[in-house]
Amino acid sequence: MNSPLLEVRGLQKHFLQRRGFPWPKTTTIRAVEDISLTIQPGEAMGLVGESGCGKSTAARAMLRLIEPTAGTVRFKGENVLTARGEALKTMRRRMQIVFQDPYSSLNPRQTVGSALMEPMAVHNIATGPDARRRAAALLDEVGLPADALDRYPHEFSGGQRQRIGIARALTVEPELIVADEPVSALDVSVQAQVLLLLRELRERRGLAFLFVSHDLSVVRWFCDTVAVMYLGRIVEQGPVAEVLRAPLHPYANMLREASPEPDPSRRGILPRIIGEIPSAAAPPPGCAFHPRCGAGLAICSKIVPPLKALSDGRAVACHLYSPISGRPFSTTPAAISA
Amino acid sequence: MTPIRRALMRATSNPTTTAGAIITLLIVAAAVLAPFLAPYDPTEQDIIARLQGPSDEFLLGTDQFGRDILSRLMWGAQISLTVSLGAIAAAIVIGGVIGMVSGYIGGKFDLIVMQTMDVLLSFPSLILGLIVVALLGPDLINLVIAIALTAIAPFARIARAPTLVLKERAFVEAGHALGYSHTRIIFRHILPNILSELLVMGSLWMATAVRTEASLSFIGLGVKPPTPTWGGMTRDGFENILDAPWLAIFPGIAILLLVLGLNMVGDGLRDATDPKLRNE
Repeated sequence: MNSPLLEVRGLQKHFLQRRGFPWPKTTTIRAVEDISLTIQPGEAMGLVGESGCGKSTAARAMLRLIEPTAGTVRFKGENVLTARGEALKTMRRRMQIVFQDPYSSLNPRQTVGSALMEPMAVHNIATGPDARRRAAALLDEVGLPADALDRYPHEFSGGQRQRIGIARALTVEPELIVADEPVSALDVSVQAQVLLLLRELRERRGLAFLFVSHDLSVVRWFCDTVAVMYLGRIVEQGPVAEVLRAPLHPYANMLREASPEPDPSRRGILPRIIGEIPSAAAPPPGCAFHPRCGAGLAICSKIVPPLKALSDGRAVACHLYSPISGRPFSTTPAAISA
Repeated sequence: MTPIRRALMRATSNPTTTAGAIITLLIVAAAVLAPFLAPYDPTEQDIIARLQGPSDEFLLGTDQFGRDILSRLMWGAQISLTVSLGAIAAAIVIGGVIGMVSGYIGGKFDLIVMQTMDVLLSFPSLILGLIVVALLGPDLINLVIAIALTAIAPFARIARAPTLVLKERAFVEAGHALGYSHTRIIFRHILPNILSELLVMGSLWMATAVRTEASLSFIGLGVKPPTPTWGGMTRDGFENILDAPWLAIFPGIAILLLVLGLNMVGDGLRDATDPKLRNE
């Protein structure tokens, strides 16, 4: 295997919350418990899970937009979490983020041109007419006219703003883009256009993506690999085709069942969603999914299943697939839910 | 069209704001043009013409030393406007920076800074101004310092609240991701978004500053005589309030008009930049 672009090991982010008067109690919100993943150059990895499972927090911690509690993040072998000053600035240039909300991601008092030229000035890429020319070229690349340079964000629609946000991320010529639900806030018709744009950019520029989403069909279309998160942990990961076609982990299976698919032969199968995601302040003991899981082995409520690599390039964190449970390795999710 | 220009257009379409702006601008013009328009030297005494009522010769009458009231009011406007403008400008800059930095850093630092501001805020502005002028001695610069000090805390509060909201916005996060320095984020990305609020508050606080300056001058802690100040003229007029009431009334009206004008402008600007109307 060639050297990975991004290597995350044991990433953890806990938030402390002090509430109550006059004797405040401190609760720990375990937003991200233990995340390890590897992204190769040019690879698009999907990070999926329900709202509140910590996927956005994990993505932000990898970019060090929030400081992780524990773990290591390496970008091309360099430690992201200990970098300071100029080294951190250089590293930031290579990893960019595209946000979910196109209305909050642009400074309302800054023209589009200024928003695109500012990063170039900060990183000594270009200034003056050269920067303006580059900004216009970027706008063209994301499908906006050059006269957008002198306009303000409020003059654009959500989809156009998202394109501007993408252009801004490209100003510093990154190698990895973390896309945090980049199309969730957009109309369905606009979603498709923005997704097409992202894929086009990915192919043309050889960008690697960490694509955070709750929409499996989008991930299936855009990504090579996928990691399914549940309550701060990765429960299954592997090539997108296999994981989403035949998920092994009962949670991944449930997510997949809940995701609509334009296939008439699958019509009539109702999604089986049992319960809700538990609070990250008080995660269940053992496997965090066991209260909602149909399998319910005795061990599930006691021991957290480790993420085990399987032979087909997948990894799954479930006692059903580990020898400790005493069950045969071949147990399929279909058998569980039956 | 920029949001600021839209707000200005909305402000000028309101008759109250326009009236306030006209009053304020007339007083500013009188102050600026005093050297050319004032009919007499404001400090020139004319014992023969003392305590005269309004007439063709002296439009607003004369004081106990025979000095022309109109000329003194015009020159006095310079003091009122310079002191209040200087003080509020200083308060916007200092208070604005304190509020933005405090809100941006947050945590214990924010707590300590804002508690300090609350202590400042708990003094009535006149008392605080009085203490400072009494300590530093009455002159123009000290008056500016004293009034600026009374206004720093409110501007720090006004700057901090939106900073707390803005620093969580994705465009600030994008700034971090793009490797921008904290200084750049505060002054290039947060400041432009709170500037209109600071300026609106500034126009309202200008009126308070005019009043504070007049009050300090009234009790003799303003710019020293014979330099004409509105507060000082009102006090001097009080000695002859029964014989020559116009001595106290005209400077009082001048103070009233300027405070009223500034308040009308401030109110109009505040309504025009109201976030509920901003996106219309």
